[in-house]
Amino acid sequence: MSRQLISVRDLTVRFRTDEGLVTAVDGASFELKDGEILGLVGESGSGKSVMAKSLMQLNAGNTVYGPESRIIMRDGENGGEIDVLSLTSAQELKRIRGGAISMIFQEPMASFAPAITVGDQMVEQLLLHTSMTKRQAKDFSIEMLNRVGISDAEQRFDQYAFELSGGMRQRAMIAMALSTRPKLLIADEPTTALDVTIQAQVIDLMKDIVAEFGMAILFITHDLGVIAQTADRVAVMYLGKIVETGSVRQIIQAPEHPYTKGLLNALPNLDDLGAPLTPVAGDIPSPLERPSGCVFHTRCPQVIAGRCDAEIPEIIDLAAGHSVSCFAVPPPVEASV
Amino acid sequence: MTGKPLISVRDLSVHFSISGPLFGPKKIVRAVDKVSIDIAPGTFFGLVGESGSGKTTLGRALLKAVPITGGQIQFSDNGVSFDLSELSKADLKEYRKRCQLIFQDPYAALSPRMTVRDIIAEPLEVMKLTSSREETDERVREIAAKCRLNLEHLRRYPHAFSGGQRQRISIARALVCKPRFLVADECVAALDVSIQADILNLLNSLQKELGLTFLFISHDLSVVAHTCDHVAVMYLGQIVEIAPTKKLFATTRHPYTKALLSAIPHLDPDAEKTAIKLEGEIPSPINPPSGCKFHTRCPFAQDRCTTEEPEWREIDDDHFVSCHFADELAL
Repeated sequence: MSRQLISVRDLTVRFRTDEGLVTAVDGASFELKDGEILGLVGESGSGKSVMAKSLMQLNAGNTVYGPESRIIMRDGENGGEIDVLSLTSAQELKRIRGGAISMIFQEPMASFAPAITVGDQMVEQLLLHTSMTKRQAKDFSIEMLNRVGISDAEQRFDQYAFELSGGMRQRAMIAMALSTRPKLLIADEPTTALDVTIQAQVIDLMKDIVAEFGMAILFITHDLGVIAQTADRVAVMYLGKIVETGSVRQIIQAPEHPYTKGLLNALPNLDDLGAPLTPVAGDIPSPLERPSGCVFHTRCPQVIAGRCDAEIPEIIDLAAGHSVSCFAVPPPVEASV
Repeated sequence: MTGKPLISVRDLSVHFSISGPLFGPKKIVRAVDKVSIDIAPGTFFGLVGESGSGKTTLGRALLKAVPITGGQIQFSDNGVSFDLSELSKADLKEYRKRCQLIFQDPYAALSPRMTVRDIIAEPLEVMKLTSSREETDERVREIAAKCRLNLEHLRRYPHAFSGGQRQRISIARALVCKPRFLVADECVAALDVSIQADILNLLNSLQKELGLTFLFISHDLSVVAHTCDHVAVMYLGQIVEIAPTKKLFATTRHPYTKALLSAIPHLDPDAEKTAIKLEGEIPSPINPPSGCKFHTRCPFAQDRCTTEEPEWREIDDDHFVSCHFADELAL
């Protein structure tokens, strides 16, 4: 049984804007264990990236975290803990950012500095986070580039990001994120900008590194197919709320929340070309106009008038590890003791 | 294929020259190299391939938006026909009324300083297709309603709209001059899956209602499979396989098509992985491999593939492929 690495409780993230407080994440809770890949799915605007960035306090200066929100991360081997949201000094945060947690982004071209070679950027962070000498850092970086399947790693080390192809850049990004040996890797849409063929290679690579390094991955994507092939557990997010969580099989094969079902139905099915595509009706509402009650009721096909638009559904456990927050889903019988 | 094709392309090449070393010879990028396709009227013709395979350049050549290096493109519709390789300026204007492009990124394609009404009306005004403002407004409202836009929103600016709504606006703009042929270049790639299905359904119903013909460019075979009647697979500037969609998916003949198909992440986490995994990336079109261009990544490549270019042949009724071993491979 692997140990719990990070626990997020009642995470609420709001932004102060000219229009008032905008809620991006609303009472989200989840856990991650060592060596586990948690897929986080949802449409654009559902708060996936904001939630991920909260784990490192990377959100902008106008961020307000809820008073009840807790992000607890295991520290070291002796049961020490870090309360991430209570960290304030840059010195303390450095242990988390790039140290215990690394992040890779959707567009690797935008994440590498264009005027510094890929190698120098890898060395820079190693010097910051480890006690390596410059020489050791260089050798180690080249070894990491090799490990993620980049051929001619020594030449690539001296090249700039624009000289690498899209797939190569994403590999270099992964090598860089891994080289500080983080306990958690946050991957924010890492394959969205890539071709399917390259996407398949990057997915394989990410599964290999979990097996080799044993770190946990928070894998953010809107593509349920990618989730099915990578994640162990899945959390479905809509307008800042986690509406359903479960193992990948529970979510893909027996989804309960109408939104999860809608996302699955909207996917083109290769085994049945004639089947009509069913979009999720309507558009995601603006975070400035959050619906009352259940946030999904404005688009929900199973909406219960008078209930869903007035009350907020609680999270109920359906089976081991499978929980959902929806009034239309009947609670399991044995739970009503 | 029944009847006369709307667009008939023969041996089309589009080459770009880029500057090489100062005194060296110029380098030539063969973006599209001797491509022949026929697009039947009233159909969705799909074009798939990785980035860098030349899909977009082929689409633009059909709109005469890039200079053509060699070959013929013939457009014929209702007795009107154009030969795109020798089009006069006046004819080009006529041709452009019949052909339109829908772009990939609805955030970049719409001017933030124009209202939705002005964006949709612009083609009518530029091509002087209407004689009065009332007529223009009438046409804009008509097409906006067809694209399921809220008519009350026509006075708003694009920033007020979500990605799906913006894509509906760009579709309305493309359709307002009543074109016959549309190139949809990755028009759902930037959208969420939930919205993607909505846009695909909209294109489908518009196509049926208005009798349109689409060249549907995408890197996503599952989207193409659901939308198109015919599919062409492109690799390094050449078409490697063409077939009716169902046939292409049921009896794939080219290893590249198979590899693209098996790279799609399957929704079933327990699905058996019989995938052909492609190693490496698409080679540079400046210096394409000899023989069959796919041989550097093909798991079935043999000596013959490195030297001899495979012939383009009809392997089955309406199913074309260029692979030496298409008959023998069990894909």
